[in-house]
Amino acid sequence: MMMDLVQLWMALVGLVVILYVILDGFGLGIGLLFPTAGTEEERDTLMNAIAPIWDANQTWIVFGGGALFAAFPKIYTVLFSALYIPLLTFLFGLIFRGVAFEFRANTQNKKAWNRAFFIGSLVAVLGQGFTLGGYITGVRVVDGAFAGGPFDWLNPFTLIVGLALVVGYILLGATFLIIKTEGTVQERAFRQAFWAALITAGFMLLVSAWTPYHAPELAARWFTEPRVYFVWNFPLLGIIAFGMLLWSLNKKKELMPFLSSILLFLSAYLGLEAAIYPLAVPPDLTVYEAAAQRETQVFTLWGVVVVLPVVLGYTVYSYRVFRGKVAEAEGYH
Amino acid sequence: MDLVFLSRLQFAFTTAFHILFPTFTIGLAFFLVVVEVLWLRSRDEMYYRMYRFWVKIFALHFAVGVVSGITLEFEFGTNFSHFSQYVANVMAPLLAFEGMTAFFLEAGFLGIMLFGWNRVSPSIHFLSTCLVALGATLSSFWIMAANAWMQTPSGFEMVDGELMVRSFREVIFNPAFPTHLSHMILASYETSAFAIAGIAAWFLIRKEHTAFFGRSLKIALIMAAVIAPAQVMIGDMKGLSTAKHQPAKLAAMEGHWETNTEGGAAFKLFAIPDMEAERNRLEISVPNGLSYLITHSRDGRVQGLKDFPKEDRPNALITYWSFRVMVGIGFLFIGVMVWALVLAVRKQLYTSTPFLKTLVAVQPLGFLAVVMGWITTEVGRQPWVAYGLMRTAEGVSPIHPGNVLWSFSVFILFFGIIGTSYFYYILKILRSGPDLSSPIPPVQIPSGMRPVEDVLKEV
Ligand code: HDD
Ligand code: HEM
Ligand code: HEM
Repeated sequence: MMMDLVQLWMALVGLVVILYVILDGFGLGIGLLFPTAGTEEERDTLMNAIAPIWDANQTWIVFGGGALFAAFPKIYTVLFSALYIPLLTFLFGLIFRGVAFEFRANTQNKKAWNRAFFIGSLVAVLGQGFTLGGYITGVRVVDGAFAGGPFDWLNPFTLIVGLALVVGYILLGATFLIIKTEGTVQERAFRQAFWAALITAGFMLLVSAWTPYHAPELAARWFTEPRVYFVWNFPLLGIIAFGMLLWSLNKKKELMPFLSSILLFLSAYLGLEAAIYPLAVPPDLTVYEAAAQRETQVFTLWGVVVVLPVVLGYTVYSYRVFRGKVAEAEGYH
Repeated sequence: MDLVFLSRLQFAFTTAFHILFPTFTIGLAFFLVVVEVLWLRSRDEMYYRMYRFWVKIFALHFAVGVVSGITLEFEFGTNFSHFSQYVANVMAPLLAFEGMTAFFLEAGFLGIMLFGWNRVSPSIHFLSTCLVALGATLSSFWIMAANAWMQTPSGFEMVDGELMVRSFREVIFNPAFPTHLSHMILASYETSAFAIAGIAAWFLIRKEHTAFFGRSLKIALIMAAVIAPAQVMIGDMKGLSTAKHQPAKLAAMEGHWETNTEGGAAFKLFAIPDMEAERNRLEISVPNGLSYLITHSRDGRVQGLKDFPKEDRPNALITYWSFRVMVGIGFLFIGVMVWALVLAVRKQLYTSTPFLKTLVAVQPLGFLAVVMGWITTEVGRQPWVAYGLMRTAEGVSPIHPGNVLWSFSVFILFFGIIGTSYFYYILKILRSGPDLSSPIPPVQIPSGMRPVEDVLKEV
């Protein structure tokens, strides 16, 4: 089965989205855990764990937006007008999360920016979750343009997806902190990761069970050929990841919990993708209808092929530069 | 409330806020590259201290630039989805390339630039500074290509009412692009040079850290002296390009109503254009001036605004005045540099209080000129969102205006809070002054370093 250009682009956009979710996910998760740090020093540790890399991580959503615009303009335009409120809520959260790093470093009275960091992260994650929930719910499209109302996305299912993402990101954040910290902060992160793992798994079950009622056409796709032959792999992957996660937390491994959490996210993501593809925007806009002109996709693809490996290369390099535990007095610039 | 109006207002507000930040980021990154070169070559500790001082301001500034920029990229889809859909084949890759080639570069190496002092060698650190500066410049390359394309669309063909790309080279290097990009980059350097000079002058007036800020001032003034005249020259070329490709905009910028049939067109030194009456109230003009400027001849023909149907005319009052303010500032900057030259010859550059006070006073004007320039460019393009192809009113998203009213008010509130805090913290950094004593990470200390104390003794 040869992949055509549109499918290749779908895979690429999918990759960029999940890269964003994982990379910024653990940063946002640390923001969500911020109030649980006991002292100002501990809060410094939490922030320093991500300060050198959060901007690069967040850039994946900027690129994701640009890539979506270039490769599948109709997804970009339809979805963004339909999900206006949740998307901008997400961005409004990112604004405060982002400036908190610098503003907090420049003040003695850190309270206000501690709060901004936490609330910004929370609002951003909820906004993201509502965006996702609204996307699964489906968008009314007439003549290739959004034709619904401003609150079409709002329903109990969407709210649950928002909460699920909060807990999921807490899991990513806590398992990342296990890698980057030691002592009391790390011990707490182990406990947080454990609880977050259980609740995340619960939410995943809940959302999976609910989706068939909420969006029956999506669930039905799972049972169409050829999907039906491989989709069961994803829940299986999820169960394995969950097992590995609990085991490694119990054994106090440092790297393993983070990797297992990523795997858990992947299983959910791939399961969802399998249900949605080849739709671009449920319930009826397909990726082929949403795709840009072939020349545009080819031109942008060249850029991706040449540039993205370099980007990944120096991203890895920068993670290596900042590897190891967060040093106590690693002075802010 | 009117959806089109609200969407435009929100877009104008958010871009105008955003652009204040890239402007200084681009120029300050270049300044930091210069300072780091000087540090690595001269091994003079003072330059290291200078880097550490200015990079604090850079970091704070950069953060606000990033968070305000992200919202812009989404606004194309949320607020101008018909426009985005219409131009996507042609324009969207430019934004994708901006992300790939520029934003990743900036963000990827910013971490090392700010936090890497203990962890990388001096040359890797220097490379990171250079790559951040390169990233900032590349991002202006792509975004200016996108905006220039909206001014002078080219490189495409119409197939069944859809825009299809013919050549990406023509799309990127569209007629407006070369002057658009160079004018903006020079604007960034010029604005930054005057901002740095103003801060340095403030310390010199108060006689604090004179050795430190004397040097900063010197670098900034050299930058400004080169750029200020170049900017006027590029600005002139830009005017010619506008006259050729967007004659309605030029006519509005100049408050020029009637195409001259006999004799030259006058240059309106002062005018209050009246869109209703189709003429200027209170006009002071220089005979044949406009013909000279645009065609370099006494009686060259310059199209007037009345040549265009009423519904195709940009607002002349706004365009005329925003343009005047920008150009005025451009010449004012030249004047300041002439004065600086005179003082430099007399060796009074760092001691002349009236001059230093002037530098403090003109410091914000670069930012004002940038915003005025953008207003000229964007308001002058109206009523088109993509010139000659699509009207702004056709480009907005099919959403309820309440959405935009909500987001616009949140933007005003949030950018208000963030802008105020930004100023507060910048002033705080300035008030606490440079740090001349905390230890330098051992990996960064070159052999034969000239310590700060030596420099201070000499002064
Ligand atoms: C790549 C595209 C692009 C770029 C780089 C800019 N703009 Fe723009 N601008 C637009 C794309 C655009 C737009 C989407 O096309 C708007 C919205 C409505 C319109 O007509 O054009 C617009 C409108 C618009 C307006 C309102 C004009 C009106 O409706 O009367 C102003 C004042 C500005 N912009 C100002 C700016 C500033 C200060 C910028 C500096 C960053 C800027 N623009 C960059
Ligand atoms: C309306 C058009 C614009 C859009 C959509 C836009 C988009 C963005 C985005 C998404 C970011 C954040 C990137 C990150 O996460 O690092 C950003 C930052 C930046 N933008 Fe813009 N931008 C616009 C106008 C401009 C213009 C006209 C310039 C330059 C001339 C510019 C130069 C920059 C630079 C240098 C940054 C880095 C952050 C900073 O400088 O503070 N942008 N922009
Ligand atoms: C006397 C000198 C100057 C002249 C003759 C001049 C001329 C122009 C012209 C003709 C435009 C374009 C309008 C259009 O066709 O779209 C423009 C835009 C602009 N100007 Fe100037 N300008 C001058 C000085 C300055 C200065 C000092 C700054 C800032 C420090 C500045 C910043 C800008 C900006 C940011 C734009 C919009 C972006 C762009 O087109 O690149 N200009 N200028």
